[in-house]
Amino acid sequence: MSGASIEKGIEFIKEQIDASTASYFSSCVHCGLCAEACLFFNQTQDPRYIPINKVEPMRRIWEQEYTLWGRLKSALGLTQPVSEQDFADWEELVYDGCSLCGRCSLVCPVGNDISGMIRKIREGFAAAGHAPEGLIGATTRAIEIGSPMGVRLPAVKAQIGHVEDSIDLEIPLDKAGAEYMVLLSSMEIMNFPEYMEAVARIMHQAGKSWTISSKAFEATNSGIQIGVSDLARELVQRVVDAAEELGVKTVISPECGHAYTAIRWEGPNLIGRSYKFKVRHILEVLDEFRSQGLLKTQGLEEARLTYHDPCQIARKGGIVEHPRRLLDMVAKNFVEMPDAGAMNWCCSGGGGVSANERAEGLKLTAFKQKKAQLDAVKVDTLVTACANCRITLEEGLEHYEMDLPVVGLTEMIAEHLVDTSPETPAKENAQ
Amino acid sequence: MSAEALLAWARGPAFEVALVIFIAGMLLRLFEILSLGYKTDLSEARGSGVQGGLRTLFSRSLPRPSILAKEPLRIINSFVMHIGLLAMIFLFGPHVAVFESLLGFGWPNLPSGVIDALSAMTLITLVVALMLRLNNPVLRFLSTPGDYWAWLVTLLPVLTGYLAYNHLLLPYTLMLALHILSVELLLISAPFSKLTHMFSFALSRWYQGYKAGHRGIES
Ligand code: SF4
Ligand code: SF4
Repeated sequence: MSGASIEKGIEFIKEQIDASTASYFSSCVHCGLCAEACLFFNQTQDPRYIPINKVEPMRRIWEQEYTLWGRLKSALGLTQPVSEQDFADWEELVYDGCSLCGRCSLVCPVGNDISGMIRKIREGFAAAGHAPEGLIGATTRAIEIGSPMGVRLPAVKAQIGHVEDSIDLEIPLDKAGAEYMVLLSSMEIMNFPEYMEAVARIMHQAGKSWTISSKAFEATNSGIQIGVSDLARELVQRVVDAAEELGVKTVISPECGHAYTAIRWEGPNLIGRSYKFKVRHILEVLDEFRSQGLLKTQGLEEARLTYHDPCQIARKGGIVEHPRRLLDMVAKNFVEMPDAGAMNWCCSGGGGVSANERAEGLKLTAFKQKKAQLDAVKVDTLVTACANCRITLEEGLEHYEMDLPVVGLTEMIAEHLVDTSPETPAKENAQ
Repeated sequence: MSAEALLAWARGPAFEVALVIFIAGMLLRLFEILSLGYKTDLSEARGSGVQGGLRTLFSRSLPRPSILAKEPLRIINSFVMHIGLLAMIFLFGPHVAVFESLLGFGWPNLPSGVIDALSAMTLITLVVALMLRLNNPVLRFLSTPGDYWAWLVTLLPVLTGYLAYNHLLLPYTLMLALHILSVELLLISAPFSKLTHMFSFALSRWYQGYKAGHRGIES
């Protein structure tokens, strides 16, 4: 982030413009339907938060640089070059007012991937020095320390120790040749050690070898959120190096949505080659264990519960049915929220919004969208599968004085595991 | 210039020029887009990009139910408008005859009475579209002079066509000449306005559908 300048910002935006972006800008008919899909617009009714407006500077750069018509207009002095002021004006729209949830991209009648463009325009804003402090800090810590929340290896080891003591199972560190390498998010290491515990118990029951890497335990990629591909690449490369060094078959992304997007979809494109291992989200792995009969559970949750689909996992990751099949194993009173699944509403804290203190107020306003969805189902428990969603939901619920516990799906499954070891498989699934 | 002479000019040289600008302009626009290139996705595919692209190409013609419920007027109005426009352009007997003379082959058409009713309906949808654009805060915010221009050059052919067919306002020959001229205005404007979407929508839907298909997600 050194040497930031407007010229660099514009240059970075230009680099991001490809045929897909050009087709999106060429096709937009200003129908405004994307606005109806966006929680930030819906809850503020401020037209500046109309999704397609968030990439207006990029549209202008595209028109002025890559179209004959635009160049003619520029030559005649009919266009406005993107200025310092534009970067200042749009910074808040690009970062605070968008969680990269991708809902807008699903409703645009001409098929514009608006959230994909917002991800791209951030590259230019970061390069121009117009990125929020909170995100810059998180990214710097991720590069220097190895974790956006500043979690270092000793802290991870300490947590591993606590978890090992409480469940009497080994948490393997740097075990070469393990089948799975498990990534964690800082949030899970510090706030939800239950997650690590759950994974250990599930792996044990399934009889799978697994490991955590001391070189790449952290999965969150704030380089993606802030929009700095260089840093995002470095963070992905760490995971790739660790996984290939240990020779694992599959890398498991934690319940964190952006981590999944980063390592599963953007990663190979960032490092410029495909991986020698597979990447799966923990829910995909659990669902695979389920279908192979390796996941044995007993007892059912009595509580009326619903599932919050994290955007990056469901809408942008295609993991929609897996959590429902898993919930079916352990829950009796599961109800769907309106718009559940691929059209679910964002928790309001994705895309780096929750790491950006400046966006706090706006985030809480946008949370009203989630609140309305929850009010419609009147549940006792809210289940989700993204540590960042979980924190955001907890904060939002607390702010609006809603008494609703939020639980991670992996832990909920682990709580219902039949106590069995792989050597002596349980005779019957008690369910 | 007499009405007959104007009609002959509109049908002859003017039409040819407009057609050339339309085709060359659209090709240029598509070239501008495609020449920017699209990198192959190196991530392990979960589904088929091609299938996703093809699916989205068609599926986006239908609105999302939840958005339809929120904005029924805006969506249905535009839906009916597009159907009306397409039917008028491609299924009106005299238009089919024009296509036949250009392409060397024709296709069945709809009875003129049906087209007449469709054009009346399309005129209404165009008026509604303008009212929405002027009154809805989102649309007003997004609207540029280009949007109003695109609206105007779409309205004129429909309006003059309707008036000519029903022998209203001006003598038929003159109205027909104006109708053809307005079509030419539309053709010339299309590559330089948002009307480019008549072709580029296929690209944008394809690109997004391709990405979604590759990832095995809904689009
Ligand atoms: S990605 Fe989500 S938050 Fe961002 S503009 Fe689109 S709908 Fe709004
Ligand atoms: S929904 Fe699509 S076409 Fe409509 S204004 Fe938004 S980006 Fe443009």
